[in-house]
Amino acid sequence: MEVPVPKEKWTGSIGEMELGASQEKGGSRRPLRLGGNKGLPFLSFEDPAKRTVALAGFVADSLEDVPVSVKQAFGEAVNDPIAWCRAWRERGADLICLHLTSTNPEEMDASPEDAAVTVIDVMKAVELPLIIYGSGHAEKDAKVLEKVGEAAKGERLLLGQAEEGGYKSVAAAAMANGHAVIGFSNLDINLAKQIVILLTDYGVGRGDVIIDPLMAALGMGLEYSYSVNERIRISALSGDSMLQVPMICDCTSSWKAREATDEVPHAGNTLERGIWWESTTALAALLSGADILVLGHPEAMDIVKDAVKGFRGEA
Amino acid sequence: MATAIEIFKHLPKKNCGDCKFPTCLAFAMQLANNKAKLDDCPHISEAGRSALASSSAPPIRLVKIGSGRNAIDMGDETELYRHDKRFFHPTAFALRVADDLADDELYRRLSYARSLRFERVGQVLRLDLLELECRSGDMERFVSLVKKVVAETEWPLVLRTKDAAVMSAAADAIKDRRPLLHGADASNLKEMCAAAKQAGCPLTLVADDLGTLADLVEGARREGVEDLVLDPRPSNLKDLLERCTIIRRGAVRKTFRGLGYPIYLAVPSGRDGMLMASTAVMKYGSLLSFEELPAANALPLMVLRQNIYTDPQVPIQVKPDLYPVNNPGPDSPLLFTTNFSLTFFTVMSDLEKSKVPVWLQVVDTEGLSVLTAYSAGKLTAESVRSALQASGAMERSKTGSLVIPGMVARMSVKLNEATGLQIIVGPKESSGLPKFLRS
Repeated sequence: MEVPVPKEKWTGSIGEMELGASQEKGGSRRPLRLGGNKGLPFLSFEDPAKRTVALAGFVADSLEDVPVSVKQAFGEAVNDPIAWCRAWRERGADLICLHLTSTNPEEMDASPEDAAVTVIDVMKAVELPLIIYGSGHAEKDAKVLEKVGEAAKGERLLLGQAEEGGYKSVAAAAMANGHAVIGFSNLDINLAKQIVILLTDYGVGRGDVIIDPLMAALGMGLEYSYSVNERIRISALSGDSMLQVPMICDCTSSWKAREATDEVPHAGNTLERGIWWESTTALAALLSGADILVLGHPEAMDIVKDAVKGFRGEA
Repeated sequence: MATAIEIFKHLPKKNCGDCKFPTCLAFAMQLANNKAKLDDCPHISEAGRSALASSSAPPIRLVKIGSGRNAIDMGDETELYRHDKRFFHPTAFALRVADDLADDELYRRLSYARSLRFERVGQVLRLDLLELECRSGDMERFVSLVKKVVAETEWPLVLRTKDAAVMSAAADAIKDRRPLLHGADASNLKEMCAAAKQAGCPLTLVADDLGTLADLVEGARREGVEDLVLDPRPSNLKDLLERCTIIRRGAVRKTFRGLGYPIYLAVPSGRDGMLMASTAVMKYGSLLSFEELPAANALPLMVLRQNIYTDPQVPIQVKPDLYPVNNPGPDSPLLFTTNFSLTFFTVMSDLEKSKVPVWLQVVDTEGLSVLTAYSAGKLTAESVRSALQASGAMERSKTGSLVIPGMVARMSVKLNEATGLQIIVGPKESSGLPKFLRS
């Protein structure tokens, strides 16, 4: 018997964008192409084009917020962003997500100039595209991202992050130097749309925006993220142009879940459970619409790589 | 379910009121919303009844396995996306037990299966069934395993063998426990259907492609077996996602009714199996049978299932209580937040990050977040006071003060009057807590 394939008739698609500028385009990166999807994640009967999902390795230039298991997995390398980035490249990361936490005004308070030097050094060492965050302190981040943006002009970095309450400085740093920008919103489809509208009204091209709708980790509100992401993706495919941008999901918050790191009776080896905690969060992000995943543990990256291959029918 | 107008066409249109609704149209509207039963109309014609019964059949058949309080409902799902309403029957997890185990190995495996049980935000997460597999090919051996397990445990069971005679003997021996039989394919369909009918058990149909599966469904229904489960045997994640999606969409959108049954998946051991299982939990799997389910994998999978099957309109709540964070003592500050799980987890994680010892009082706000609860009148000076009293918080933290969420600064005066504590307004966002506590 013939079983009909029930395809949804989508009218929209996700915009395409490139991260990392190649030499021909005035940069020094190995560029990545994202977006372009015309159907729900990994349904080849809706969208025959093979879906690109980019896996980003988490790196920080100071260690306050680095999960213990991640430190252990990378050993000495975590003390040096360059060595850490190289380790990720060896591991097969598609790009690097570098948090310039050394600039935290309440801790080391490194200068924007120092941060820019770190970024330049990293770029000399690895050719992967870069996502750059400050330390999460709005005033300082504005200065840091401005300096970094200038120093890496033309490399097409992805700068994080623009929020409804403060987006102009990040947006300006991106626009002036040819970078893309992350529009962050807090678990709400309307807020996700709002930040894209704010950024584009301000002058950022829609093709230069990636949204981060906040990926809540397994056991910490994953179901909200799963549904918000899914709704964002469905709205985009149904024609809502302000949501037709790629989506980034940071899965490293999984390591903040106690169940990922604490001893739990009858719940097996803690490290192994933690790795699956992050991988499961990543899988939920993948199936709900993520285009970029940020991962902390190298074994979680191996697992998620296998998953992407599996969904693409290559394994 | 059909629309009210479609239903109305089949009603007698007498407006007699015998159904307790004033008109047939009013009754039709109640039927369409599942608020009335067709049987409430004493005047409907046989033709009308059968037309409506078939159109009101659920898109995915409800299939029960087991008996008594551990019985499992599968199917009867109506949504493609959980945000449209909810997913109803959580994916059931089974651990496979083969009949080639020696007795001590069997008992070890049963006790391992029992140990896969966790309590989390007020719910018990656990294994739901056992799948007993005839690997020996020996009827007596298999029946003896089945009887032994039934005597030892209360789990619902799946019986797995392709030999219809073995299946029939095993199913008959425990038919009051209503096991799921696995499985029938093109080679043994008639005999398996006979075994299922005789024991009154649901039957799994197994095929590598959906067309064959649909043929098997037709064949089984011709044999008189209606309680069916589908095993689409995906060989990789792509097949799994696509086959499950096609089955679910065809059923829910009613574009194809021949595969409207719950989905069974056999999960291999190792990484691939874990990835398949997680995918199946999110994408429409009803029953997963694990060759192995290591403890380090069980908890993340069970939490994923709990998350995905949560009713989006009923937030997960944590227990209202006093929570010690970072080993607090009598001098440690006292804070409060709501029992909405997401709020609680965020606050907890930020408090732990601060490394400052504190007491956290969780106030019952029926699962609403701080501002929503305050606006809805679920977070009042009185509810905070009674929570502090019930938990004995003021005997544990002797600072004489209470740190309140910045969002509800306006509660300060009333809280001070209600509790006698000095009120300190904390940060508006939980992320500000580490800095706030350290200063």
